[in-house]
Amino acid sequence: MPTLTLSHLTKRYPTGDLALDDVSLEVPEGQVMALIGPSGAGKSTLIRCVNRLVEPTSGSVLVGDRNVTEMGSGKLRRMRRRMGMIFQEYALVERLTVMENVLSGRLGYVGFWASWFRRFPREDISTAFTLLERVGLAGMEDKRADALSGGQRQRVGIARALIQNPDLLLVDEPTASLDPKTSRQIMRLIAELCTERGLTAVVNIHDVPLARLFAERVVGLQAGGVVYDGPPNGLTPDALTQIYGEEDWNATTGKGDAEGSAPEDGP
Amino acid sequence: MAVSKDDHGPLWRRRTSKGDFAAWLAWLIGAAVVAVCFSLISDKTIWEFVWSAPREAADLGSRMIPPDWSYSTQLWRPLWDTFNIATLGTAIALIISVPVAFCAARNTTPSTSVVRPIALFVIAASRSINSLIWALLLVVIVGPGVFAGVLAIAFRSIGFCGKLLYEAIEEIDVPPVEAVTATGASSGQVLTYGVAPQIMPAFAGISVFRWDINIRESTILGLVGAGGIGLQLSASINNLDWSRVAVILIAILATVIVSEWLSAKIRGALT
Repeated sequence: MPTLTLSHLTKRYPTGDLALDDVSLEVPEGQVMALIGPSGAGKSTLIRCVNRLVEPTSGSVLVGDRNVTEMGSGKLRRMRRRMGMIFQEYALVERLTVMENVLSGRLGYVGFWASWFRRFPREDISTAFTLLERVGLAGMEDKRADALSGGQRQRVGIARALIQNPDLLLVDEPTASLDPKTSRQIMRLIAELCTERGLTAVVNIHDVPLARLFAERVVGLQAGGVVYDGPPNGLTPDALTQIYGEEDWNATTGKGDAEGSAPEDGP
Repeated sequence: MAVSKDDHGPLWRRRTSKGDFAAWLAWLIGAAVVAVCFSLISDKTIWEFVWSAPREAADLGSRMIPPDWSYSTQLWRPLWDTFNIATLGTAIALIISVPVAFCAARNTTPSTSVVRPIALFVIAASRSINSLIWALLLVVIVGPGVFAGVLAIAFRSIGFCGKLLYEAIEEIDVPPVEAVTATGASSGQVLTYGVAPQIMPAFAGISVFRWDINIRESTILGLVGAGGIGLQLSASINNLDWSRVAVILIAILATVIVSEWLSAKIRGALT
């Protein structure tokens, strides 16, 4: 059974814009799928329809065999605990510490007053320390999120998503506000973590070379519809033109692969 | 903006000729309104009283000097009451205004059609009535004294704090709130983790600012019997005891200066 099944998913915003037009997709377990396409193609909307930060207009979203679109608010909350999300501008709570941001990934499992007094279970705290070390932020737990650099903040965002111990990872433009080198490090970290944990992931990404490097499958969205679905090496200039429009693709892509495989200088 | 062309190329002026005319007409009407208003005020003023004002002021001043310094020892208690009215009133107002603000903010209100209008009405009602008028009403309801003063300050401040707070709530960043929601947090947890940390600086600033205003407002509540130093002030004025009035005014001035200094310090420490 695929981990994520979208069928005939459509989203029309109240303004009349059709962001998603009858999208059907299946993401098998353990697959890292990149979602590429121009701005406004509906990538963010698609990812947000999965955990219903955006309500789909019609169609259905199945995670495993459970229909997310039909859930009431209590069931939806429990379902969201199984879906980790990583955001474009990190979306950390800036005035809270790194530790509080990471532990906020466990809020779905902790009662209101326990979370108010920051009384998280022992195992959550030790998982948080393990994760911080894994993402390269050991010893940073007491820093405030707004004291970190962009790359460090996104690492906190990754730890917050992973502490949920999710079945499915939703990643929305994780590198859009990072420099090229940090972008590659962050994408590599996400890809590694997915492999380590056998995570299924949907990754929105602007950067075609990065998508080629780290994804097993690429889906191209154009004006709310799927126009490409295949392996990364099938992204020929023709396919890219179909997704993004006319451009001299040979001259402007391909270099990215060489750059991306440069040795990493650590976090 | 008006662009036209002549032999030398394009010409640019700020307004078209029609726009120029409209601007001059607006100034003319404005000046006429001022002139008419002045003549109306002038007709209803007894100018002899205005001309004698400097003499009257000098007379009053001479009766205030020297201030009755020995009276100042009796002012500590009412000053302390005044301070307490302001502080307790602000505290009560903050406790009530937080839930009101969350109900009034578009992005956190439980219902835009019912709860939000009610919250906005509470804010408007509280703001539209001056604390002196609240005090007048409350002295009748709960009787004269400090308690009426505390409630008057609180009722007036709910609207002020609620309004500033709900505006701060409406201006928060959305992504952190989405992120906390996406973890499966309950709505209460979304408020305490996603929203509250973002409005803390505004909340602290508003509290200190309103406390500072309330110190000044609570000095006059005694005029209607709601406790504090205003009680002594109104008694001394009624007895035409101007040397005591002078001491009270100096005491109020000193209190206000101290409170402004304190709130500036606190605000400086917060940022």
